[in-house]
Amino acid sequence: MLITILLLVVSQAGGQDTLTSFAPPTNIIAKDAPWDAGNKVLITWHPSVDKDSLAYYEIWRATPPFTQYERIGVVGSTDSLYEDRAILEDTVVIHEVTPGKQYMYKLRGVTPDGRFTIFSEPSNIAIPRIQAFNIYRLNVLIAFVLFTALFLYSIEKSKRGFKFFIRRIPGLDALDEAVGRATEMGKPVLYSPGLNGIDSISTIASMCILGEVARKVARYESRLIVPNIDPIVMTVAQEVVKEAYLSEGKPHLYREDDVFFLAAQQFPYAAGVSGIMVRERPATNLFIGYFYAESLILAEAGNMSGAIQVAATDAIMQLPFFIAACDYTIIGEELYAASAYLSGRPDLVATIKTEDWFKMILLILTYLSSIIVLLTKNNLLLTIFKVTGGS
Amino acid sequence: MRRRGPLALAFIAGVAMIIQFFSPHPALRTVYNEALNWYRIISAFTFMLGLISLMRSHITKVTHKRAGWGYSIVTIVSFIVMTILGFAYGTGAGTPFDKMYEYVYAPLGATVFSLLAFYLASASFRAFRARNIDATILLVVAIIIMLGRVPVGSLIRWGRFSLPGLAEWIMAYPNMAAQRGLLIGIALGAICMWLKIILGIERSYLGRGE
Repeated sequence: MLITILLLVVSQAGGQDTLTSFAPPTNIIAKDAPWDAGNKVLITWHPSVDKDSLAYYEIWRATPPFTQYERIGVVGSTDSLYEDRAILEDTVVIHEVTPGKQYMYKLRGVTPDGRFTIFSEPSNIAIPRIQAFNIYRLNVLIAFVLFTALFLYSIEKSKRGFKFFIRRIPGLDALDEAVGRATEMGKPVLYSPGLNGIDSISTIASMCILGEVARKVARYESRLIVPNIDPIVMTVAQEVVKEAYLSEGKPHLYREDDVFFLAAQQFPYAAGVSGIMVRERPATNLFIGYFYAESLILAEAGNMSGAIQVAATDAIMQLPFFIAACDYTIIGEELYAASAYLSGRPDLVATIKTEDWFKMILLILTYLSSIIVLLTKNNLLLTIFKVTGGS
Repeated sequence: MRRRGPLALAFIAGVAMIIQFFSPHPALRTVYNEALNWYRIISAFTFMLGLISLMRSHITKVTHKRAGWGYSIVTIVSFIVMTILGFAYGTGAGTPFDKMYEYVYAPLGATVFSLLAFYLASASFRAFRARNIDATILLVVAIIIMLGRVPVGSLIRWGRFSLPGLAEWIMAYPNMAAQRGLLIGIALGAICMWLKIILGIERSYLGRGE
């Protein structure tokens, strides 16, 4: 893009054009790019018969009344496609393609020594149009509709009284034991909701689990410490914990100071949580949410303090660290299943089944497509068909 | 209304975001960008809440002389000093604020980060103890990967096979297969979670689940 702008500036500066006898490209066709926001035009052409003697083509564009053309870009001499698209830099439009506006294009070739061919014939008029639907995302839409249908079906089935089976998740079963242990020892439970903001789905999942954990803690009349890195998450966590204590009929045990903002940065947060582990000596540490490089610092500090530790994350890169340093690790999708598992609500449990059904569909599709690719790649399929056809 | 309002908002916002994902229409793009701007503005305001929470928790610690109250004094003083420096001299390059950030905060952050090396060693020691068949496989694979990723590993060869090649194969096939399996599960779990939220089936993030 920089090269394009540079060349544009150079061309604006002017200079005497030296013509060559080489032929320009022919058959210039401009058309609206399909399924977009009406901000792109596709220009195609037949490369010049002298393309080997040319270095590149210049693309020129005109708007009504089509008397003046301006150079908008360059492409290699063997290319036959150019996308004229709107360009934004820091929200400033530096090149415009307006929906509904008419555009016409022409090209000329440039030799390595800077001489030009004559201009090609101008293209047809292209008018970029705004589309309501992006057809390139049709596959996603089909998958989404199928998933939603399965999702609603599973909920409907659970409402009719069908009991879905889901396997035991030891990490979640251990939560009761972990909270009970903290109560017996008279020590608090530490809950870290990870480093992401509330816009992260793993943080929302963490908030759902926090509600269940806070209920258990309130039931046992123990103490829950929730240090936060994000003020919005802190506000949500305060509300979730307060409501959990209220629902257990123990609002007087809720301490707002225990759900607090610790630090806004990764390593100050890690240092702060490690400090809490050393000073407050929580009997149970729960790391539930999305974590980055601080995961091992937190988990090892907790391990050294002798606490029982449960981690749940969908951050794949951090899973080995949690597995090495925690007593239980809830892996990947189990994080999203946790609140359903803990609450035991049949409709929520049913939704976990949707994931399993969809995984089965994906598995079958993967096997089928792998087989087709393997057969076609080595022409096995063609060979089989030929043999069958010939026999 | 206290419960239905947020649920209705979550539903409307969720559906709007789905539609904008499938439609390239500029009006919907504008809605999406505006929603992001709103989130940023709300975040900026909530930082004030975070600040109040931070100061309140440290002031309480100091006044009640709780464990580690000395560190709370350091936090409060640091906060006041940085605020004064920021307002008095600005936050640009070369200002006292910038120097404090560069010569105090950044090295402290790097120090905490460097602790990872030691924690990695202690965690690896525990994880690689060959207590059972799983741990033994982990140990063997870890040795192959570690040796395959250091210069001396390239000297270990058996005919056409080399240790770096074996390490690369483990990373590219068995490891990648497991990672992709996890990723598919995570993606489906996230979609399921998102559906539960916009349809109001999962409500515990709002406080009470019932």
